[in-house]
Amino acid sequence: MTGIAQRITAALGTLAIVAGVAVLSASPSVRALPEGMAVVKLSFSHGGPRNCRELSAEELSDLPANMRRKEVCDRARAPIYLELDLNGTTMLAEELPPSGIADDGPSRIYRRFMVSAGTHQVAIRLRERAAGSGFDFVAERQITLTEAQSLAIDFRPETGGFIFN
Amino acid sequence: MSTGFRGYLRRGFDRLERAGDVVFGPDANPLAQLGALGWFLFWIVAATGIYLFIFFDTGVVNAYASVEWLSDAHWFHAGVARSLHRYASDLMVAVMLIHLVREFCLDRYRGVRWFSWLTGVPLIWFVYISGITGYWLVWDMLAQYVAVTSTELLDWLPIFGEPIARNFLSPEALSGRFFTLMVFLHIAIPLILLLAMWIHIQRVSRARVNPARPLAAMVLGSLILVAFVLPAQSQGPADLAREPTELGIDWFLLPLYPLINILPPGVIWGGAAIFTVGFAALPWLPAQRANRAAEVFLDHCNGCARCVEDCPYAAVELVPRTDGAPFPHQVAVNAGRCVACGICMGSCPSSSPFRRVGDLLTGIDLPDYPLKELRERVISGALRLEGSIRILTLACEHGAARPGLGTVFLPCVAMAPPSLIDFILSRGHADGVCVAGCAEERCQNRLGIEWTEARFARTRDPYLRRRVPRERLVTVWAGPTETARLERERVAFADRLAALPTEAPRVVRQSDPERVLDEAAM
Repeated sequence: MTGIAQRITAALGTLAIVAGVAVLSASPSVRALPEGMAVVKLSFSHGGPRNCRELSAEELSDLPANMRRKEVCDRARAPIYLELDLNGTTMLAEELPPSGIADDGPSRIYRRFMVSAGTHQVAIRLRERAAGSGFDFVAERQITLTEAQSLAIDFRPETGGFIFN
Repeated sequence: MSTGFRGYLRRGFDRLERAGDVVFGPDANPLAQLGALGWFLFWIVAATGIYLFIFFDTGVVNAYASVEWLSDAHWFHAGVARSLHRYASDLMVAVMLIHLVREFCLDRYRGVRWFSWLTGVPLIWFVYISGITGYWLVWDMLAQYVAVTSTELLDWLPIFGEPIARNFLSPEALSGRFFTLMVFLHIAIPLILLLAMWIHIQRVSRARVNPARPLAAMVLGSLILVAFVLPAQSQGPADLAREPTELGIDWFLLPLYPLINILPPGVIWGGAAIFTVGFAALPWLPAQRANRAAEVFLDHCNGCARCVEDCPYAAVELVPRTDGAPFPHQVAVNAGRCVACGICMGSCPSSSPFRRVGDLLTGIDLPDYPLKELRERVISGALRLEGSIRILTLACEHGAARPGLGTVFLPCVAMAPPSLIDFILSRGHADGVCVAGCAEERCQNRLGIEWTEARFARTRDPYLRRRVPRERLVTVWAGPTETARLERERVAFADRLAALPTEAPRVVRQSDPERVLDEAAM
């Protein structure tokens, strides 16, 4: 092959490779979410209560004056308990342990549920102490999701509990 | 010569490379300069990235709009820069992965080469993380998919307090500060990548970081042309209230993302860990049975530093003289870097097979294949030559030559000092010498072909002596799959020798085995 012919072949070869790379940089496409589906995301961060007790008068008198607090608490937090029902089916029933090496951080969750688009009945319940009974926060809602819609369920006790975004 | 599985791999790669020689020519064959091409692409990505940063709005609210603006309103410069940025990154991934496979196939990752391999493993991750954080910044639907999938995967690791994916729970939850962190990472990680690339080549002498100009021009030209014809495009603005559905995936930088959606995070992390540890450990699975490192003989070394210049692995150093000889320096071999290719021996002016006094020693020699043994093999190989035209072949053991009459194998043809050619021809051991090395631009020991050519062309010390008839010396650069071509070249060489008007200058025509052995013992 002559020099010029070689260079032309080489340039065309390089162009073909680069064009191939460009095509593969955006295709073929993939389906990230199946057709007709939507997503419910449940995520929040909430600290369970600590075990606290009141100090006796004798214990208080043993303490320096500036440290005399009536109530002392364990460092560790209690795990919380969470349930999520979707159309009457329990999708989640889990005890969420506190985070941190000393179990003193909040309990955290991030879950993602793929559901069909349409109307669903969602019930969510939270108990501050997993070992207890009953629920401290309960929310029931009928939701209607369009295809590919993403519904986020958050939890903020200061605003009344569960929030559907 | 490799046999077994690695032999198949090597021959397979050699066929690809020879096809590349046909299409691109040996000097512009991208398969022969993948490392240099990777560096070149990095600089394209860096330059276009800096340019794009001028127009890019780093806030999450306006990031997408700024990318669209530069792609549409300023398509002819910023848009092209964006496409170049993306396509050069993708090409860099491809080049990096082929480079990795090639070095494995050519067995250039074990023994003293462990360092380059080991330091190359983190490069893979740095390249991918750089690319992933880059996709994030566009803040289109693909960016949303990448961000959510990445953070959900990261949250599986028990190292983060708050789940990172919570940042993408809803449009209200998205933190501009978190997005700015991503911008910072997309700048910081490529800088770390650059540092790691520099470390990667530290044990390579004269590391090639620039591809041949014709190749560089063709790659850059093709990238620009493709950037105009197939501009990189966004996939609609991110919307955390909706899930991405149909997405065009970058199969170079994001090939694992569809898998991440299917497989449990533990499997993905486990696979990544096994891949990383397994690849890092490959140089020792099993370790290479290496020949002993070159040895210095100070009685024959004047510290001329030719071996220091020629060593492809920076394994020979110039150090202060220790034996009281009237020279300021001597050389020292770093055994941890020496692959025993013998190039140093070929470069040493003391490597003269003509030497008659005492034992044949040189300034720097290979304990497992000393100059003395090379001379003996040449003489005994010449003895077996038959026919009217006797061609002795000095063959690289990684090239096309197969064992046969009159073929002397060397770890690298540059191990043969030019004086050996003079010795063979002037002593009449052969009518011609064929030096058969690796394929052009694919020297197993990187610089062997270059040095051999320069020495024979009398442009690099040690020069081939003027009295050596150049027409009686031929060099053939052929890969392991080109045995037939080597044979054809040898036959053509024999024909040319037969047509020469006069015989080679023969001092002694050896036919008596005893005389030959006498000479070898000299």
